[in-house]
This record gives sequence, C-alpha cells and structure tokens, in this order.
Amino acid sequence: MNQAPERDIIIRFEDVTKVYPLPAGDVTALNHVTLDVRRGEFIAIMGPSGSGKSTLLNLMGSLDTPTTGELYIEGKRVRGMSDEELTSLRRDHIGFIFQQFNLIPLFTALENVQYPYILKTGDRSNLERCREVLASMDLDESLYSHKPSELSGGQQQRVAIARALVNDPEILMADEPTGNLDTRTGQAIMELLRDLNKTRGKTIIMVTHDPNIARYADRTIRIVDGKIKPEDQDTAPGPGTSGFSTSEGQAAG
Amino acid sequence: MNSIVFFEFAKRNVKIHWLRSLLATLGIIIGVATITSMGILGNSLVLSISDSLSTVGDTIIVSPHSGGGIRVGGASTDYITDRQVEQITRAVAPDIAIPIYSGGSRMKVGSKDTAGVIYGIASNDIPVLLELDQGAYLRGSSGAMVGAQFAKENNIIVGSRIAVGDKGTLRVVGILKERGMGFDINPDYGIVVDSKWFEQAYNRTSGYDMVIVKVGDLNAIEDTKDAIDKALNRRETVVDVIDTKAILETILTAFSQISTFTLAIGGISLIVAGVSILNIMMMSVTERIKEIGIIRSIGTQRREVLMMFLYEALILGVMGAAIGGALSLLGGYAISALLLNTTQYLLVPSSLVYIIYGMAFGIATALLSGFYPAWKASNLNPIEALRHE
Repeated sequence: MNQAPERDIIIRFEDVTKVYPLPAGDVTALNHVTLDVRRGEFIAIMGPSGSGKSTLLNLMGSLDTPTTGELYIEGKRVRGMSDEELTSLRRDHIGFIFQQFNLIPLFTALENVQYPYILKTGDRSNLERCREVLASMDLDESLYSHKPSELSGGQQQRVAIARALVNDPEILMADEPTGNLDTRTGQAIMELLRDLNKTRGKTIIMVTHDPNIARYADRTIRIVDGKIKPEDQDTAPGPGTSGFSTSEGQAAG
Repeated sequence: MNSIVFFEFAKRNVKIHWLRSLLATLGIIIGVATITSMGILGNSLVLSISDSLSTVGDTIIVSPHSGGGIRVGGASTDYITDRQVEQITRAVAPDIAIPIYSGGSRMKVGSKDTAGVIYGIASNDIPVLLELDQGAYLRGSSGAMVGAQFAKENNIIVGSRIAVGDKGTLRVVGILKERGMGFDINPDYGIVVDSKWFEQAYNRTSGYDMVIVKVGDLNAIEDTKDAIDKALNRRETVVDVIDTKAILETILTAFSQISTFTLAIGGISLIVAGVSILNIMMMSVTERIKEIGIIRSIGTQRREVLMMFLYEALILGVMGAAIGGALSLLGGYAISALLLNTTQYLLVPSSLVYIIYGMAFGIATALLSGFYPAWKASNLNPIEALRHE
C-alpha cells in the first residue's frame, strides 16, 4: 500500500467504516474499506443498489466523513474536519457531475458556471474564465444565456461539467453521468471525460451500473455489501478473471 | 463581495414567486402603515395642541354648574348673573373677565337660509378674544362680525346683511380670522354681535352663558382658579371653573389610549405578517431542498445559505416596509386633514421619524421570521438534500 509515493495518492481510505444510525438499528454502509486512488486515475465504481457505492462516492467527495478509520483527500485528513472545512475542500478541489445534471434553475448556463467561481474567488467580473471553460465543452455560445430548462440533456450535462471544471479541481466525481442521456449523447460525454482524464490529468471517480460506460475507466472497483471485492483491493487494475466477479458485475448492470 | 450573488439568488426567487411574495408582504404593509400613520397622527395632534396651548392656554372658562361635563353655549336655564360676573371680575383682577351670551338661530343671507351660532360680547371686549381678518371691529351695538367659515360658506363680505331669525337685520362690519377648534367659543361657524343687541333681541335679563377670563401670568392660572372658586363656590357649587390646559390634557390622555389600541392592532398585524413570511419562507425552503443540496455540494457554506434566505426575508421586509411607509404618509395626510383640519405638522422631523420607526419594525419582523427557515435551510444535510426529489 505504501509502494506509491505519498504525492501520488490523491485519495486514501484506511480501514474506513461508515455506519448510519437508524431507528431500526445501525446500518453499516461501508465495512473496513482500504483503498488508494492515484493522481490521474480514472476509476469506475460498480455495485448493486444498497451496496455502499453512493456512500463511497460521498466520502470521496468530502460530503461525508468516516465513522471509523482514516480518509485523506489531497493529503488532508477528512475525519474531524468541520462542515466549513469540508465545504471549502469540495469547493476548491472537487468537481461534481450528477446524473440529474443538477444545474441551478434560476441561473443561465453561464451564471451556473460562474457561480462556483465566484464562491471560490469572490470575483464577479471575470467572465472570460467561465466562457473559456464552456467553450471547451463544445457548447454553442448562443446557449450561454439560456436557462437549464431551455437546454437538452446533453447540453445541460456539458454545462454541468463546465461548472465542475471552472475552479480547476484535481478530482472529478461523476455519479452516473450518462444515466439520463441517450446512448449517443452518453458516449460523447464519456469521450469528453476521458479526454479530461488523459490530456488534462484530472482524477475521475465515476459511479455507474453500465459495464459499457465502466469500460472508459482505467480501473473498476466492485463493491458488495459495503466491502470492496478482494480482487479490486489492489491498487493495480485487477485481473478480473474470476467468473464469479464478472457475473457479479453483470448483475449490477 | 460574494453576498451580491446570494442577494441575486434571493431576488430571483422572490421574483419567480411574485404573487406569493406580494401576499406575504401585505401584512407588513398593513402593519407598518397602521403603526406609522398612528404615530404621525399622534405627533401632529400633540404638536397642534401644544400650539393652541400657547394661544388659548391662558384661558379660564367659568360656566354655570351643570353637575358634570362642560357646556359650551346651547339652551340652558342656568345663567351667570351680573352679581356673579362682578364677583369674578373682582376675584381675578387685574386680569379681565369677559361675560358672554351664546345662542343659535336661523339666519338669512340675501335670499339664502342658513343657521349659525350667535355670541353676544361687549364691543370693547371683542378685540381681546378675537382677531380681525377684514373690515373693522364692532363699534356700538349695531352690526355684526362674522366667523371665517360662516363667511366663506355663505359668501359674506364686509357690508353684507344678515337677517337673524325675526330679531332684525345686521350689517356685517368685519370678518374674523379663522380661530380653529376652541374650548371656550367657536365663532368660526357663526356671528358675533354686541351684548346689548343680544340682550334686546333675546330679551335676556337673567344672566350670561359663560365668563371667559384671560390670564396674564400662566403660572398664576391655578391661583386665579382658586380665587374664583372661593368667591363663588363657598357654600355650594354654583359655577364650574375649568382652564383650557386641563381640557387639552384630558384630550391628550384620551388620545393616548386610542393610539395604544391602534398600535396594538398594528402590532398584531405585524405578528400575522411575520407568521405569513415564516410560512412562505418555509415553503420556499421545502421546495428548494434539492437546490440547497446542489449548492451545498458544490461548495456553498452554511452561512452563505443562511445569508441567501435572510436576503429573501429582507427583500420582502424592505418591500413591505417601503410600501407601508409611503401609504402611511398618505394615510397620515388624510387623517390629519380630516381630524385636525391641517397637514402642517405632517412633514416635520418628529412626525417623519415615525416612518423610520414603522419601517424598521416591519423589516425587523420580516428578518426575525425569516431566520428560522433560513437556519433550517442552512442546516440541511447536503447528501439528504441532494437525494430529495
């Protein structure tokens, strides 16, 4: 686990357990997970619903903190962080891409991209950066002033990716980014993500249930009942030769 | 610096739900308008009374004892006799006592029938009590002076003739300056004649309706009252002695009770407004749980969400308070014009400051009731909020 230099590990799970206390009894969503994500990796997380993959993503996105164990994002220890510190971490180092696009309906495409930029820099006048990022998403300039409701799904997802990128984060969290798109648009978005990973070195962590989409990733982590499948524990891409694991992956999809 | 973004957020949300927002501000509008116009009216009243206090505060009114209440003019069987007038004159010396007859009559100006009050005052006492506007004061026992409103309503000018019932016709020698509401006599809506003419016309020998004493030294007003009491009311109460200052104080007390009541209504209206703002803000938060989840997940701090919703409450409060403030200026104008017959006390700092008070109360109410929803919004768990549909 320590073979990679510390600089290279962008996210590190050390025996992380996440327990949700519920009235009907505690639910263990993640059970002693140990995992390293290297800088510049493109990882797909797969697993049946309720397996804990959302919890894993939430922890990686610093939306949540571990119950026990240690989690480091960009070398920062997440457990014990205040809400304000977690929020700043998300704002400055992590970009979010959602299945539902989740743009702010009151704002235009350009304003949606501008919003996190203002949050981080307090600079309201620099529209250049926002336009530049939107342009790199192949979005027609005439659409910048449109509200999300006036855009197609693919266009909305392009705006959402631009929003995720505007603060130049090291990590992109994508939760079923193609789940609400048709196959062709989904492929175009995946090409875009792969390009961001390959040419701009973004670390991408993507939850998906579609094996065809997972194929874009360098490495697939399968999670069942709050545990990462043993063959995926290794930081190197798993061999994935076990028939059992393949059928498991299929079942998830 | 960032706050502009959250203000923009709030502004757009208010705009999108404009009808709902307008209804919520209605309570603030009513509350602010009520409180402020009552404040303005109260202040105008106090100012106008203080003004008249200095002009008529030096007056003591002596009227026949009626067992309670003040009686100004009107039919009466009780009069103040010549002997009592002499006693009063002696008691108040060197101040002067002016005996006054009063009554009312149908009158005819040209061919027009009308009615008004008639005061009988000795010609040489009239300049002490009343100011002249046009023409001249009465000399001798013929002729009449006319109150300002009576002259205006009946197109009376100096030289007009007024027939007083069947008592004879009088030539108008002078028009009096408008005097406003008085506690002693109200000649604005009537005429003033010489007391000798009044005695002959009404065959009045039994006495006067009232005696007005003009006090030179305001500090001696209580002593003068005591002196009159001692001279006349030693064995039994035969006359009532009141000073205008006491009447004004009674009126002010009554007014302050009324205004407390109205302020309470305004306060209740603000409470209702607060609840309705709380209500729509809660709706706004519930509807936007997902949106809050989104902005929290992409890096908006708790306090920034709080600020965003407080801005929304602030916009509602400022809108309501501004409209309410403007309305109260109109309301204050109307109510002063109606009740005080003047609006000169409206645009003075001590009246206008009530607009600031009222608006501050309105805005504070809105902010206060917006605080809980805003706090609730800012404390939403981002993960759960994101999952909300």
